[in-house]
Amino acid sequence: MKTQRLAAASVAALGLLLATGCTTDTPAESPDDEATTGAESGDEWFVQADYDEQLAQRDIEPEGDPNTPWLQAIEPEWIDTAEFAREGGDATLCFSNASVSNPWRVTGWITMQQQVAVLQESGAIGEFRVSDAGDDDDQQISDIQAFIDAGDCDSIIISPSTTATLTPAVEAACASGVPVIIFDRGVNTDCAVTFIHPIGGYAFGADAAEFLVDNLEPGSTVLALRILPGVDVLENRWAAAKQIFDGSELEILGNEFTGGDAAEIKNIVSQYLERGEVDGIWMDAGDGAVAAIEAFEDAGQPLPVMTGEDELSFMRKWEETGMTALAPVYSNFQWRTPIIAATMILAGEQVPAEWVLPQDPITDAELADYLERNADMPSLHYAKFGGEDLPGFPDAWRDR
Amino acid sequence: MTRFRDLFAKATNPTGTVFILLVLILAGVFVMNPGFFEGPSLMAFLKQAAPLVILAAGQYFVIVSGNFDLSVGALVGAQVVIAARLIDGEESRTLPVILVMIAFGIAVGLVNGLITTVLKVQSFITTLGMLLVLYGAIRLWTGGAPTGSLSEAFRTAGRFGIEDVPVLGQIPWALLIMIGLGAGAVVLMRTRFGRILMASGDNERAASLSGARVDAARTTAFVLSGLSATVAGILIGGYAGVSAQVGDGLEFTVITAVVLGGVVLGGGRGSVLAAMAGALTIEALFTLFNQMALPATLRPTVQGAIIIAAVAYAARQRTRPAPATPTATATATPS
Repeated sequence: MKTQRLAAASVAALGLLLATGCTTDTPAESPDDEATTGAESGDEWFVQADYDEQLAQRDIEPEGDPNTPWLQAIEPEWIDTAEFAREGGDATLCFSNASVSNPWRVTGWITMQQQVAVLQESGAIGEFRVSDAGDDDDQQISDIQAFIDAGDCDSIIISPSTTATLTPAVEAACASGVPVIIFDRGVNTDCAVTFIHPIGGYAFGADAAEFLVDNLEPGSTVLALRILPGVDVLENRWAAAKQIFDGSELEILGNEFTGGDAAEIKNIVSQYLERGEVDGIWMDAGDGAVAAIEAFEDAGQPLPVMTGEDELSFMRKWEETGMTALAPVYSNFQWRTPIIAATMILAGEQVPAEWVLPQDPITDAELADYLERNADMPSLHYAKFGGEDLPGFPDAWRDR
Repeated sequence: MTRFRDLFAKATNPTGTVFILLVLILAGVFVMNPGFFEGPSLMAFLKQAAPLVILAAGQYFVIVSGNFDLSVGALVGAQVVIAARLIDGEESRTLPVILVMIAFGIAVGLVNGLITTVLKVQSFITTLGMLLVLYGAIRLWTGGAPTGSLSEAFRTAGRFGIEDVPVLGQIPWALLIMIGLGAGAVVLMRTRFGRILMASGDNERAASLSGARVDAARTTAFVLSGLSATVAGILIGGYAGVSAQVGDGLEFTVITAVVLGGVVLGGGRGSVLAAMAGALTIEALFTLFNQMALPATLRPTVQGAIIIAAVAYAARQRTRPAPATPTATATATPS
């Protein structure tokens, strides 16, 4: 009796596993990446027009001084803001932040505060009021409402936590009559005076994928490491990469979700290495990139051609090992722009309706320069943070 | 041959289910990838599984005495972040910082234990609170993301091992630490302390009436859990370095592992060896999912179904008369 029951339970468990397992092929047998993990989510996040636009924007020379990339704009459509002009300084800026839950946002947040300090010194900004929603949509909606209700914000800056859910809250902020500035992730309304963002996720993913295609022999194997499914900025990166990989001779072994956890990344890469060669690594964000490289070192395998991000831990490992790599960039310096934009709008100066900031990856040729400039910075700092000229540099970013 | 009969008897025991499941999953992995059982890749698997196995042993002490420790994931994360910030790349600081971490692990366990036993706050609440306190405090201390870096010496335990061993390649230090601590845990459960712990989970009143210091034993269990989280932190940090997400969700994985090992939530039943085997089983399951390239969205579902099936099976086994006394349970299935 006992054994029968045991057998039944085991068969049930194993059957379930096999039944689900049969729907996908193992990566080794399947060069077609349609069959690999999570690939099905690639298409619903792909909009051909946006993809084409972003890829084209990479080659357009932005207007403005290249030494202050946070003030540059790609093909700006300047709009008049005279209606928002106000007399005197001491403006009250209200900033609703989605969160500071990852090193990229922490770095940007420090830069923003330093920019505010400069403008407070000059008298342009008086009070800088901030709420942090901790990645919670509902919290952010009430944060924005609180700013509206307070009635004394001269401008409301919003870094939305998600696109669709935050749209009504942003519309309410616009309706209150003060100039609204959106940056980083977008919303489904153009009621804001300006929407500030780097080129975008498609350009990021495409920069990385093109680098792998250019630097690997046809037939080489590539493993894609991703943070989470269902986040638009990350899904766009993968959708663009998939587009480019599909048109290449590279074999995509799989695309795996890691949660950005170094231990998980190292596990997954180690397991792929046990099963065969991995020639290239594509990542949708640089978190934990070093763990992926260490998996190759510990397995005694030659280092892959790799794309990470401009996080310093990855860039330092890249220099140390001399590997072939690229650091695609999701311009961190964009955190300065909204503050400057707010003071421009309140002074009645023109701003771009959609303020597209440049987004250039860091190549091998620029690596030494960026490492030199950020020599004092901690390893989870982003090289293109764009705050070197602010008075708080380097202490504010170093002693975070 | 008695050995086989012995094994069969264990397999039909509730805590034995996990060993059968482990074998089945490993068989599945073998079918997908026979190369898994070659020395080096098996060693890599054990190296990567070691932290969870050690955490499972720590969690077992708490669960068997009738409590939960939900703070271990946050504690592992905190320990790695503390280590990175305090060491900051200086080799000479490795040992002092490890001592600080051990002291911190003991302190967290002691606070959990005393709040639970002296203030009579349910451990679920105590340790949930501790999880949040640690999570918030670490972010406050570091400004949201970890800083500093670990020294090479610190990373040795989790990343390296005895090199150039024939057949196996590398024997990871993490594996040796896991075996050492695992053996220690098995021995500990056979001492008077172990029996008191088991008895306090089974029937608190009876245990204290018979003169056992239930509160002291339970507090010690929390301290052991804090220590296991410290060791796990040292191994995980060593294995993969610092990241902001270290330890996220580990408390649920480890409680799942312990339950999969046939340990009853609420305490009083289960063996520490089976709890550790539960951790190995979970890690093997993750490996199998990777080998099968199972869609990431499907994995939690399959994982959940397997856990429910295994625990339900074990529970059916258990509905038959249990051994007469808790002490007998402890010795009848001495791990």
